[in-house]
Amino acid sequence: MGKQVTITVDGKTISAGEGEMLLWTALDNDIYIPHLCSERNEKETPASCRLCFVEVAGRPAPVPACTLSVSEGLVVKTRSERVDALVAAGFELLMSNHRLDCKNCPANGKCELQRIAKARKLRLKPKNLPILDKGLPVDDSAPGIVYDPNKCVLCGRCIRACRRSGNSILGFTSRGFERVVATFGDLPLGESGCQGCSDCAEACPVGALSKQA
Amino acid sequence: MKLTAEETIVAVETTREILSGIHDSRGSLIPVLQRVQNKLGYVPPVAMQEVAAHFNIPAVDVYGVITFYNQFRLTPPGKNQVKICMGTACHMRGANIIQEAWERRLKIKVGETTEDREFSLERVACVGCCTMAPVVVINEEVNGKITPTRVDGLLFSYELDKKNEAAAKGGENNGQ
Repeated sequence: MGKQVTITVDGKTISAGEGEMLLWTALDNDIYIPHLCSERNEKETPASCRLCFVEVAGRPAPVPACTLSVSEGLVVKTRSERVDALVAAGFELLMSNHRLDCKNCPANGKCELQRIAKARKLRLKPKNLPILDKGLPVDDSAPGIVYDPNKCVLCGRCIRACRRSGNSILGFTSRGFERVVATFGDLPLGESGCQGCSDCAEACPVGALSKQA
Repeated sequence: MKLTAEETIVAVETTREILSGIHDSRGSLIPVLQRVQNKLGYVPPVAMQEVAAHFNIPAVDVYGVITFYNQFRLTPPGKNQVKICMGTACHMRGANIIQEAWERRLKIKVGETTEDREFSLERVACVGCCTMAPVVVINEEVNGKITPTRVDGLLFSYELDKKNEAAAKGGENNGQ
């Protein structure tokens, strides 16, 4: 790694490798920043979940921590009124479109959404927004994998995991509210050429893709 | 929608022809798909697979682009193209109810074609005759003040026309 720099996060002095993304530096130092779409070993981050906002001294508005590279003398606050408002709004929007069924969900207890709600004291059930269920069928046609698109938060981790495994079965299709992770021709996973490696289920931060019991 | 063997061959050959001589940089993806659609009237899965192989990208990425843009059709256009106006006036006068009526009667969703290839269903933005809202354009013919019963009526008249045409043809053949 390159040279070490010193930064301040929430008043804590941290030394980090220059150019590292702030999100990972903070997480390595036990400072939790909510995040869904980012992955440590990927070169690029989609920065699409809009949950990892932090306040940076000298910047007019909060910035996503997953796109902020660490530099000498950086001063960061992970919480502020503006950050909390942004995260709360983003989280509520995600939850308005997420089928809440924690009790029967395979991700219950290790779900990133539950973790964020707990860390930021947010409610899982949206207060101000109506719940818009996608109403799509659950797909359990592939060996070892269950896919419930109604729980998907569109982070894209499964797609990247699928590409890394060398299969490239999954991808984003359609647009806007209809956007969904699907296969070529919207085929069920079982007919799509999926090998059932379940890398996607490993990658899924929520319960949308899970291993079949 | 099942394509005939002949359609598949035509689609593959047309796509290969369009792809020949095109560089494999991803920037050419959408122009290529547009050309395929211009030639065939739609972009079938076999064409998408050919394109994906040419650009060396996963087929699902091409499918993602096709489903992202409204300009691309996945199914061949029907003999009669039904376009439901979704402009502001038509929307306010219940165009979504009209859409449902068509979907129910034709047993297809918007963007699809009936199994017999007689009808295809589309949503369009304002067709410019808001006083007649809600409007449905069938081929080039504008039909105003549509109601679900009128949908039934329109379909009935098309069936009738078809029967008459068939009868006329039959008559001609008999005459010869």
